[in-house]
Amino acid sequence: MKEEIIIAGFGGQGVLSMGKILAYSGLMQGQEVSWMPSYGPEQRGGTANVTVILSDERISSPVLNSYDTAIVLNQPSLDRFESKVKPGGTLIFDGNGFKRFPTRTDINIYRIDATEYAYANNESKTMNMIILGGLLKVRPIVQVENVLKGLKKSLPDRHHHLIPMNEKAIQTGMKLIQKLS
Amino acid sequence: MTVNEIINPANLVYEKPKVMNDTPMHYCPGCSHGVVHKLIAEIIEEMDFQEKTIGIAPVGCAVFAYKYLDIDWQQAAHGRAPALATAVKRLLPDRLVFTYQGDGDLAAIGTAETIHAANRGENIAIIFINNGIYGMTGGQMAPTTLVGMKSSTSPNGRTVPLNGNPLDITKLLAQLDGTCYVTRQSVHTVGSVRKTKKAIRKAFENSMMNKGTSVVEVVSTCNSGWKLTPEASNDWMVENMFPAYPLGDLKDL
Amino acid sequence: MNDTKKKNIEEVRLMKGNEAIAHAAIRCGCDGYFGYPITPQSEIMETLMELEPWNTTGMVVLQAESETASINMVYGGAGCGKKSMTSSSSPGVSLMQEGISYIACAELPCVIVNVMRGGPGLGTIQPSQADYFQSVKGGGHGDYKLITLAPASVQEMADHTVMAFDLAFKYLTPVLILADGVIGQMMEKVILPPFQPRMIEEEIREKCPWATLGKPKSRKPNVITSLSLEAEEMETINIRLQAKYHKIEENEVLYEEFSCDDAEYLIVAFGTSARVCQKAVEMARAEGIKAGMLRPITLFPFPTVAISNHANKVKGMLTVEMSAGQMVEDVRLAVNGRVPVEFYGRMGGIVPSPDEVLKALKDKIVKQQLVIN
Repeated sequence: MKEEIIIAGFGGQGVLSMGKILAYSGLMQGQEVSWMPSYGPEQRGGTANVTVILSDERISSPVLNSYDTAIVLNQPSLDRFESKVKPGGTLIFDGNGFKRFPTRTDINIYRIDATEYAYANNESKTMNMIILGGLLKVRPIVQVENVLKGLKKSLPDRHHHLIPMNEKAIQTGMKLIQKLS
Repeated sequence: MTVNEIINPANLVYEKPKVMNDTPMHYCPGCSHGVVHKLIAEIIEEMDFQEKTIGIAPVGCAVFAYKYLDIDWQQAAHGRAPALATAVKRLLPDRLVFTYQGDGDLAAIGTAETIHAANRGENIAIIFINNGIYGMTGGQMAPTTLVGMKSSTSPNGRTVPLNGNPLDITKLLAQLDGTCYVTRQSVHTVGSVRKTKKAIRKAFENSMMNKGTSVVEVVSTCNSGWKLTPEASNDWMVENMFPAYPLGDLKDL
Repeated sequence: MNDTKKKNIEEVRLMKGNEAIAHAAIRCGCDGYFGYPITPQSEIMETLMELEPWNTTGMVVLQAESETASINMVYGGAGCGKKSMTSSSSPGVSLMQEGISYIACAELPCVIVNVMRGGPGLGTIQPSQADYFQSVKGGGHGDYKLITLAPASVQEMADHTVMAFDLAFKYLTPVLILADGVIGQMMEKVILPPFQPRMIEEEIREKCPWATLGKPKSRKPNVITSLSLEAEEMETINIRLQAKYHKIEENEVLYEEFSCDDAEYLIVAFGTSARVCQKAVEMARAEGIKAGMLRPITLFPFPTVAISNHANKVKGMLTVEMSAGQMVEDVRLAVNGRVPVEFYGRMGGIVPSPDEVLKALKDKIVKQQLVIN
């Protein structure tokens, strides 16, 4: 099994940490993992993206030009990465603020309105976990129990009380995601 | 009475410090460096610190300081002595660590290292020889060259519009919270040599007590660079250097 | 690229390459780190400051006022026989070259990490490999060489830190870890090296009799210097340095081969480029092109002999770098005209994609061979 994922959006949407949680989850189930962020000042308000690879085999390039799955959380990210999803691959987007929507017909497209839900329900801090839940519903590449284990390993002890809240967000995301084509 | 009869311990009134070796010095006759070297050697001997001292030599006339004093030395790149001393003292906190630097080394190319080491309050002693000129490279203008003073790169005398102002870096270092003792001395008379010795001893003791950075500026002559006899250099220093760089303690906590 | 799969999951950590260097430094008994922040390597000092090793191993960590000060603090620490290191990125490493030249001449052991970014000038903060020449051909003034290690994974960032100190003390020379922004910023699995205690002073006095720890009555003063005004004396020092570099070339070459056994075409790449090229090789093989890759792990000493041997077996070589083509000169020297050696690279902070590399391999090497045949 090998899954090559790009997660992209604005800085502050939790793009890098969502990737990190995914990488930790892979680690917990004994896979090879790589997490390669775009880095620098763009973390603060500009576009941020992270490439996450989970694989049963040794990972060669941490930098890719096409992806099995793209999660795009803003318009520029959709514009940039839609074409880079492999045929038959998966595109997940949060429609908040989008003017142009995905058009490809050779990939699986899902919409998850996590931003809208999170703000309406005062859960903006776990917005990225809602999206992760959506991903795991349609691409069950890691088990939820390993996500929780990964959270436990990556978070400092003082934040462990937040884990149930994150678990709830994952469940929310699983319900929220809709297939478009 | 033969010569050998005269040479006996009972007749000894003065001797060369044992920390100082017999290597002939390369300094010009009349230069202040030799006097300050000897004072440092005497103090290390009196404190019984030969085994605990690491000196940092500069680039400039004193680059070969390590040839004359039998202690462990590191010879730094131009201006970087306080950076070396910082690491040495932090890694060996029970050692006596001092830098020995000239005005070009300390106040021009090494200004950042000097100010930041002093501002961090590194527990080191900085011995600063200020003769207002680059001696080793042949008498060029230094940051401390006085206005009107001639050098090979200010042949008609330093002017502020062309060359900027002389830098009183010792005054500046006294402002920093990291310094515990900042003083300006000279070695042109017996009395001033004694005072300088006391000052260096205090700086060394401060280093061992981890009180912060101590700076001992020695206003000095460079008769070769100044193109004066040693005696005339001393007079010129008293008349011209002392008004710009007045002697005395600037800070003593 | 060690296989961490079989190891106990508890030992396996997920971290950035920069963080791995910090952890490994503490664990291998480093005495002092002196650095100045610069992207993309600031996590090294940030991690050290967070871990506060002065409370555990006694390691000193200090944020200096500049890279110039950092490297000279390393000089001071190394002169005391202490395991001293610094890290920076391209522009900062340029600023350190004076100090590096002094340390090489004074024959002191130390470790310098360069997490390269795009240049010249202030450049970008994105990954690059354009400091190859600076690293292996000198950098500062005078005839000196740095042992240069090129990690290609987070695991190697940790492993090379330990190895770099070992080599530095073995040969009394500065060792450079030449990484890039990808390796520094990327998170991968890593198993950290075991803890080694810092050397105690008696050990340093025994292993580094030249160290300036204070002069006991039993020996002459130790003087750390790179100065000698006599040309004959300076030539003697140079001859000694060159003999040392020759010995390093004979004994310390490291490289890794991937799919080379039956390869007709060889890609030569290091660091992040090698990771990309490995994928390109996999893609080429899937298309039936017999490609292989040689990854130099030491850039100095360079795997000249290994590349030369491949020149007798393959039809052509492609060197891939994140630069305008620097290592390719050393590959060409090793091949000495026997087979074509072409170059593909991206500059200024762009990482080539596996697709681009595969296309370059086909266009520049495979197709040309078909034309010739």
